[in-house]
Amino acid sequence: MDRSTYSRSRRMAPIVAVAAAAALTLAGCSSSSGGKKATEDSSGASAGKASTPRMTVALVTHQAPGDTFWDIVRKGAQAAADKDNIKLVYSADPNAGNQSNLVQNAIDQKVDGIAVTLAKPDALKDVIGKAKTANIPVVGLNSGLSDWKKLGLLEFFGQDETVAGEALGKRLNAEGAKKAVCVIQEQGNIGLTQRCDGVKKTFTGTTEVLNVNGTDMPSVKSTITAKLTQDKAIDYVVTLGAPFAMTAVQSLSDAGSKAKVATFDLNSTLTGAIKKGTVQFAVDQQPYLQGYLAIDSLWLYKNNGNYSGGGEQPVLTGPAFVDKTNVDAVAKYAANGTR
Amino acid sequence: MSMTQHAEPAVTSPPAPGPQETDGRTSERPLVIRLLARPEIGVFLGAAAVYVFFLIAAPPVRDGAAMANILYSSSTIGIMALPVALLMIGGEFDLSAGVAVITSALTASMLSYQLTMNVWVGVIVALLVSLGIGFLNGWMVVKTGLPSFLVTLGTFLILQGVNLAVTKLVTGNVATDDISNMDGFSQAKKVFAASFDIGGVDVKITIFYWLVFAAIATWVLLRTKYGNWIFAVGGNKDSARAVGVPVAFTKISLFMLVGLGAWFIGMHQLFTFNTVQSGEGVGQELIYISAAVIGGCLLTGGAGSAIGPVFGAFMFGMVQQGIVYAGWNPDWFKAFLGVMLLGAVLINLWVQRTATRR
Repeated sequence: MDRSTYSRSRRMAPIVAVAAAAALTLAGCSSSSGGKKATEDSSGASAGKASTPRMTVALVTHQAPGDTFWDIVRKGAQAAADKDNIKLVYSADPNAGNQSNLVQNAIDQKVDGIAVTLAKPDALKDVIGKAKTANIPVVGLNSGLSDWKKLGLLEFFGQDETVAGEALGKRLNAEGAKKAVCVIQEQGNIGLTQRCDGVKKTFTGTTEVLNVNGTDMPSVKSTITAKLTQDKAIDYVVTLGAPFAMTAVQSLSDAGSKAKVATFDLNSTLTGAIKKGTVQFAVDQQPYLQGYLAIDSLWLYKNNGNYSGGGEQPVLTGPAFVDKTNVDAVAKYAANGTR
Repeated sequence: MSMTQHAEPAVTSPPAPGPQETDGRTSERPLVIRLLARPEIGVFLGAAAVYVFFLIAAPPVRDGAAMANILYSSSTIGIMALPVALLMIGGEFDLSAGVAVITSALTASMLSYQLTMNVWVGVIVALLVSLGIGFLNGWMVVKTGLPSFLVTLGTFLILQGVNLAVTKLVTGNVATDDISNMDGFSQAKKVFAASFDIGGVDVKITIFYWLVFAAIATWVLLRTKYGNWIFAVGGNKDSARAVGVPVAFTKISLFMLVGLGAWFIGMHQLFTFNTVQSGEGVGQELIYISAAVIGGCLLTGGAGSAIGPVFGAFMFGMVQQGIVYAGWNPDWFKAFLGVMLLGAVLINLWVQRTATRR
């Protein structure tokens, strides 16, 4: 049985790996630039802590796993929770049925408040009704601007995706663009489609939509390159997420195109690109603010009976533009992953 | 009927049912038939058909730069499709290949960033991690005798979760930090993600790697003992073992080869895009497997080639980018892709049936 011989030698592999890593570390393979050491001084926002009684709040979103944007929403929510002496219970599922189950789960836990995104309002209607029967205040955030009042939520924090798209479209007019391509990284996503529709609505030039496979960056790069080669008239590439803007910049140089890049949403690499001028501007809906305000509002309601927006109007967190003129002020927060 | 003959090495030829013509006509076309009976010729014709189709339908494709872009897109699929194909010839299957690419890139990026070390340290540790994942997949399949579909479905889910959770835990974000200003980066970029100017066209280094790897894989499959082992364990594990083929070693090493591919493509992505998002890679495994299947590798194992998946991957890249070059309505993107691929597979099937029937 030669099998055992082989597996014995393979069993050594992890030990060899650890030893190799240790040896390399000792050999002084440290990097003299960049890395964690360079950013170690930065720290996130922190403030005192409320002395109000401990409460529990659930935040239920339609986040898909590994999405940078939702990570920032969650950080904002956590910051508010820490400050308000709240235990934050976070859960998420992009499938509307599952999201509604998660809201039910929060009701069963008898939480003191629920913050929920309404990507598919109809699917959440019943369960929000149940929360109200159970006397749990519910606020909305991010998506559902047109439905939050119908569903009887207390307040709403977010931006209208269409309005954000319209704002970007107007900006393109001001920049003198003629033909834009709007890059959708997840075909069939309502919010992303609304953004492109918004751009189409106000942009006086032509807007074309391009679908790319968002889970595979090399193919995103090739597809944008292909589009730029196919249509030389394109002078603006609009991406709907910060990482895709960085990829679009590479596509431009591959295709030898003179087009410019604008995007929705921010991250730390993107603020650097705006500084350098490789990306022109970003439309930011301030996800941190959405998460923060939603949780903080539930604390205010419980402890002081307050309604943000008076219970009548939504509280808008965007669209805010980040460009060369204000990027320096934003960059340090983006580096912390909170902006 | 019992006189059926195989002109090429028995290991690569599919079984040939049906009557054998003995009226002398076969002697006039033996070369054509021999050629058509090879598993990769169907996909070659399919790829050629797709290529000609887009040459007509999408004028920009005729340009050299467009071809370089299509080949680049194909190469990032193709480099992974090669080990995935070898594994399939060996009778196994790896669903974790897509996320394993991201695992490797995340490991290299986070390790060098967090410890502020030369990026090569991360690259080497990532290689060990990738080989380790491959080893674990193979070891579990061999030890438990469970279908590799189940075992690698498990690792697929584990890696997907680990990618996300560990990245969040270590960096505080769901994407890694930019490492492009660290020591060794530009060096590693030259190795994994360089590009060359050939006749005014920007050509990516992955295209060369892809072709070189395909040549090596072909040589290994057809000319070495190890190649014979792969066909043998994929064809019939028990009889392979009976004639002295080290089944466990062959299978485990094939899984590790997939790990090696994942590491390579992971490094390419890291040094091309500087950062990695932890949610990427999901669904890519199916694209690698499709490229291998279109390239003539049987899902049941024991048959296939290394050159077939090259054309399979090319077809993927060609269709994916060709649709954009043609400027078609993007809503139909996936549907186009599916139809073209099914069409190509059918041509593939038809050619092989025609070839083996005569």
